[in-house]
Amino acid sequence: MPVNKKIHELREKREKILLGGGEQAIEKQKSMGKRTARERIMALLDENSFNEYDLFVEHEARDFDMDKKSLPSDGVIIGSGTIYGAPVAIFAQDFTVAGGSLGLMHSRKITKIMDHALKMRIPLIGINDSGGARIQEGVNSLAGYGEIFFRNTISSGVIPQLSVILGPCAGGAVYSPALTDFVFVVDKISKMFITGPEVIKTVLGEEISMEDLGGARVHSEITGNAHFFALSEEECFEQIKKLITFIPWNNGQKARMFEPAEPKPEYNINKIVPEDPTLPYDVKDVIRAIVDNSDFFEIMELYAKNIVIGFGRMGGHTTGFVANQPLEMAGVLDVDSSDKAARFIRYCDAFNIPIITLVDLPGYLPGVDQEHAGVIRHGAKVLYAYSEATVPKLTVILRKAYGGGYIAMSSRHLRADFVFAWPSAEIAVMGPEGAANIIFRKEIMSSADPDGMRKQKVEEYKSKFANPYVAASRGYVDAVIEPSETRKFLMHAIEVSENKDVPMPHKKHGLPPF
Amino acid sequence: MSKNDKLGFLNINTSLYQTRISNKFLNRKPYQPADPRIILSFIPGTVFDIMTEPGQNVFQGDDLMILDAMKMKNKLKCPIDGKVKSIAVKKGDKVSKGTVLLELE
Repeated sequence: MPVNKKIHELREKREKILLGGGEQAIEKQKSMGKRTARERIMALLDENSFNEYDLFVEHEARDFDMDKKSLPSDGVIIGSGTIYGAPVAIFAQDFTVAGGSLGLMHSRKITKIMDHALKMRIPLIGINDSGGARIQEGVNSLAGYGEIFFRNTISSGVIPQLSVILGPCAGGAVYSPALTDFVFVVDKISKMFITGPEVIKTVLGEEISMEDLGGARVHSEITGNAHFFALSEEECFEQIKKLITFIPWNNGQKARMFEPAEPKPEYNINKIVPEDPTLPYDVKDVIRAIVDNSDFFEIMELYAKNIVIGFGRMGGHTTGFVANQPLEMAGVLDVDSSDKAARFIRYCDAFNIPIITLVDLPGYLPGVDQEHAGVIRHGAKVLYAYSEATVPKLTVILRKAYGGGYIAMSSRHLRADFVFAWPSAEIAVMGPEGAANIIFRKEIMSSADPDGMRKQKVEEYKSKFANPYVAASRGYVDAVIEPSETRKFLMHAIEVSENKDVPMPHKKHGLPPF
Repeated sequence: MSKNDKLGFLNINTSLYQTRISNKFLNRKPYQPADPRIILSFIPGTVFDIMTEPGQNVFQGDDLMILDAMKMKNKLKCPIDGKVKSIAVKKGDKVSKGTVLLELE
């Protein structure tokens, strides 16, 4: 029958293209510990949910004998599917086809699915595994990258954009992930750089491996380009799926509600924070003591560890957490931690996610390197991000909140909606030692026993100012609460902030210090 | 927080905080004021030409070297009047940014 014949023909055509670059290339891909592009999509999306588009697209290049070459699907797979039922648009570069190189039609497939994602207001996931521009296609290839960057920018803050680096991503190609919200990398598989080891060797004579130059660890620990680090592709996909559960489909919606769950009893909130403000503890334990099911999903875990960011749920509502980490560099604000926190605050604000800020910091990190690296400009990003954010902003001052650090960490003055403080809070212009040295300088200097006098004055300052009650007496703190009351107060604050509406003056856009 | 944590102390506004110290902080370069007598490469590249030699008197604005970098021939000009004490590189050397090229006295 003719119809059956045509269906048969379609099936044959499909099957041929579905093999990508062929068995040999697939074997090579596997020998590098990598899955094929199609396997990756199947592993990430809900079973049988993937619908593929543009399977039959072919490249148009005619120069350099390219007209004799067939590149199945032009080296990239696009389509849409679901993750835990949430719709997502996806593209995956196929390294088995011409090294996943980006030519005109390859880029058109990517921009087609990007346009689709933006129009349908659904998240976009890009799996990058490409040798770079398809040199034979010349400026068309550059045009392709430019079209992608433009769409990344226009979609930014409208739909979530996730980049997954599962192979090389070099040269101009790195700027698409850099423009997206979250970058996922896998140990020994992801490689990102602007200029590769070979160029560096030619120009400078410096030898460095791809891994040391732009491997997954480098981008997770040193550059801050990556947000999620995994040891395997499987782990990476689990991270992506989990993230999708925490974020809304677009900026017009809220994240999905989950069944509320109490924190696990092993996180005893009364026993985490030492009384002495100079002693460390892990602030993530405080977060786990207040979030649903003690489930805290950390972002940028290995970078600028002196600040902790991530998602949790409060009574079923997705909530962004920003917390100083006294365990790392005393929890100071510095160039890197400011940059990390500010970006996350803006993410939460763009996607209607309330922000809970846990404060315990001695101030900013002193040093020539910090000043010269622009801690003024980078530190200002935190002030800007908190001030600008109109999502519910809830602050809990756990212990120290000194000086500029107090102002920056979602203080009342930057329009926190609720500021709570534990009885252990010390809200002051600076630490007691520093303050006493300045205020009582004369008494200390002229004393027969300067050290004894200093100690006495430090104690005097501590008892008068190292507490939450001065700030509470001015209304800068709304309530001084027991640690065990924290979850109750925060959950209530989130409930009453549900319809928060803050009019802002009209502007085209602000000028954050970046 | 585990018992094996390596904790150090960080001084912020004369208070000592017990905490983990990052590698970035431990490896930071101590500040050294710039010395105009030491000419450093301002860009990574290759030494293309050297127009002076040790012992020569040089004046502010004189061309000292040409650095081939980023497809450009970049002239290195003398920042002060002085005498060339030593030249640390030779033609064809590849240098990274901040390499000492030449010293004046």
